Amino acid sequence: MIRSVLTQPSRSKIENEHPASAPLSIHDMTVAYHRKPVIWDIDYTAPIGKLVAIVGPNGAGKSTLINAVLDLVPKASGEVRVFGEEYHKQRNRVGYVPQRESVDWDFPVNALNVVAMGLYRKIGWCLPVLRRHRQTAMEALDRVGMADYAKRQISQLSGGQQQRVFLARALVQDADLYLMDEPFAGVDASTERAIVDILRELRERGKTTLVVHHDLQTVTEYFDHVLLLNMRLVATGPTSEVFTRENLRKTYGGKLALLDQVGHKMTMGESGR
Amino acid sequence: MNRSATMLNDQPSRFGLGRALVVGFSLVLLIVVYQLMRKIMIGARWDSYDTWTVVTAALAAMACALPGVFLVLRRQSMMGDALAHTTLPGIVVAFLIAHWLEQSGWISSATYDSWRHAAMFIGALLIGVLSAVLTEWVQKLGRVEASAALGVVFTTLFAIGLLLIRLKADQVHIDPDCVLYGIIETTVMDTVPNTNIPRAAVVNGLVLLANSLLVVVFFKELRISAFDSAISTTMGINANVMHYALMAVTAATLVSAFESVGSILVIAMLIAPAATAHLLTDRLDYLIGISLAVAACSAFLGHLMAITLPSVIFTPLGYPEVVDTNTAGMMAVAAGCLFVTAALFGPRYGVVSKLLDQARLTRSIVAEDVLGLLYRLEEESGVGSLAINQLTAMIGTTTWPTYLALRGLAASGDVTVRGSVYELTDSGREKAKHLVRAHRLWESYMAKHFDLPADHLHESAALVEHFLGADLREELAAELDDTAEDPHGREIPPEKA
Repeated sequence: MIRSVLTQPSRSKIENEHPASAPLSIHDMTVAYHRKPVIWDIDYTAPIGKLVAIVGPNGAGKSTLINAVLDLVPKASGEVRVFGEEYHKQRNRVGYVPQRESVDWDFPVNALNVVAMGLYRKIGWCLPVLRRHRQTAMEALDRVGMADYAKRQISQLSGGQQQRVFLARALVQDADLYLMDEPFAGVDASTERAIVDILRELRERGKTTLVVHHDLQTVTEYFDHVLLLNMRLVATGPTSEVFTRENLRKTYGGKLALLDQVGHKMTMGESGR
Repeated sequence: MNRSATMLNDQPSRFGLGRALVVGFSLVLLIVVYQLMRKIMIGARWDSYDTWTVVTAALAAMACALPGVFLVLRRQSMMGDALAHTTLPGIVVAFLIAHWLEQSGWISSATYDSWRHAAMFIGALLIGVLSAVLTEWVQKLGRVEASAALGVVFTTLFAIGLLLIRLKADQVHIDPDCVLYGIIETTVMDTVPNTNIPRAAVVNGLVLLANSLLVVVFFKELRISAFDSAISTTMGINANVMHYALMAVTAATLVSAFESVGSILVIAMLIAPAATAHLLTDRLDYLIGISLAVAACSAFLGHLMAITLPSVIFTPLGYPEVVDTNTAGMMAVAAGCLFVTAALFGPRYGVVSKLLDQARLTRSIVAEDVLGLLYRLEEESGVGSLAINQLTAMIGTTTWPTYLALRGLAASGDVTVRGSVYELTDSGREKAKHLVRAHRLWESYMAKHFDLPADHLHESAALVEHFLGADLREELAAELDDTAEDPHGREIPPEKA
């Protein structure tokens, strides 16, 4: 905190930038791959107990935003606070659902094993998964309607069932902030309903959930808040106010060509003179 | 497939008998194999030297199989091959440092001897991590895929190792041949004083013990970081750190096994047992156990083959003087044979079991087609009886599947034989009704949602009908508002009479 005050003296109201109560606050964050910024100067504070859709075209940096919050990719600049502290101090309070394609589904584990992974941090290093942990995992599987498939090897589950397993794994973490990367991608209608039910249940229990979402049709129905993203933060706020034709046009109506050009120059290391 | 099976086979399954047969058959096979082995071992004059060769090789193979499991699961099998090469400069540098310490009087020559191995070990650990780090750098800097980066790093480091050996040959007594192709036949001669236990067996046994402990203690962490690196890292089990640790352990295992069994065998033992086990099970703990068993079996079978096969092959060819061959090579061959066996006969992924599944599916589909045909004939002309050749022609299959299907149907009491023609029984008619219902529901569904002429519907329905169980039929019927007629104006038989 002190360091950030010193390095950014103009921001005297640092507490306002990172209110301790906010589940997630991002301050002036830029993330780059090979020096080329993928998302620029994001300022964002997540509301408590809301469902937030992260919406934007392909290549807008939606996954990158989540990965940067979780320290999975380095930030070029800026800060992230989770409940007022740095992410690595708050790991217990953050649940993550990665994209389904990110893992090898031929891996020799069954659905229950995967869900139990959500408890590994609670169990602690080197200690075994016990009966009561499996019990907890089983309850989570039941909540997503997958109790009958607990012993199935994961490659024998359908795409929707795999996604439910991932969701159950996040549920056992019993976090306060959830980040989900396209949980609705390629799932069947009944899984979609099941996921929405779970999301609403999380909201009722006061959890905050950020979901990368692709289906514009359902945004208003499913989500309270939106975060419109296309390399920069286009708009954010309650769905009813922000999810407008005008804002969507800004988000999807082509990238800011200049951002791309500058990014390209930075990759090439050209000074421009 | 399950659905079509449950539609037909409502009679009690004969799984119990089948299982008893399998168990009985395996017991007989085991006894036969045991007797054969005894004969062969007596014939090959197996002695304690052979036993120690196998024990040493088995311990080395099992020690390698453990990190190998995780390399295979992480899809980094090539990393093992690469590490086998990159450890060379690690070993040489470690030797040189130990040698330099002795020369400059830091350590006595007595300690030098015992330190040499520790130094080699540490050198390997470091080079393991270094190779992993360098590979990542090359990947990033060169913007190439991982295997290309691996190719660059391991050839370079290997070349540096060879150069060092050439330059400092007078100071270090390392024979590159020995490091690469270590000769197990001679390492067994080097025993612990006053016993006939080979020193290499002790070393490999200790490494196996250490690896087993690591796997047991870090089972959870190894599993999550191999399966889902992102989740692993967010939970505080840094997948990169686990990766480097695995590389270090692999390299240390490699060097300890090199000396006794040589790098060819080591590379085979790193990957082949895990790859074999992956074909046989879907559980990580079983996979590790099976890998260990495959590693041990390869060592035993390999040595047995090495001392028996050559004379079996070469004596009839007129070369009676060829009696044995390189043991390590044969062990790699044995591991390969076990892999092929698993690929052919594995319970789920095996070629044979896939063919059997296919045959079973074909049989049950033909059986359902028979029922459907007889039912439609009854519906049109009041009586439905057909001979086997008529059925075969109308289904468009060959005699064998029809014959098998009819036998199954007769056994379950769904058809009866009258002379040379087959007819439906009441239970057969009930099953046929469901099938025809499925067929006509699907035709109606297609007609409702696809803009197709009526003659396009039949073929699709003939395919789909076999997979529409009671639940899907119900859903279809509801979707179609329980329509009673299909698009051709024929009655859709009700679900229940």
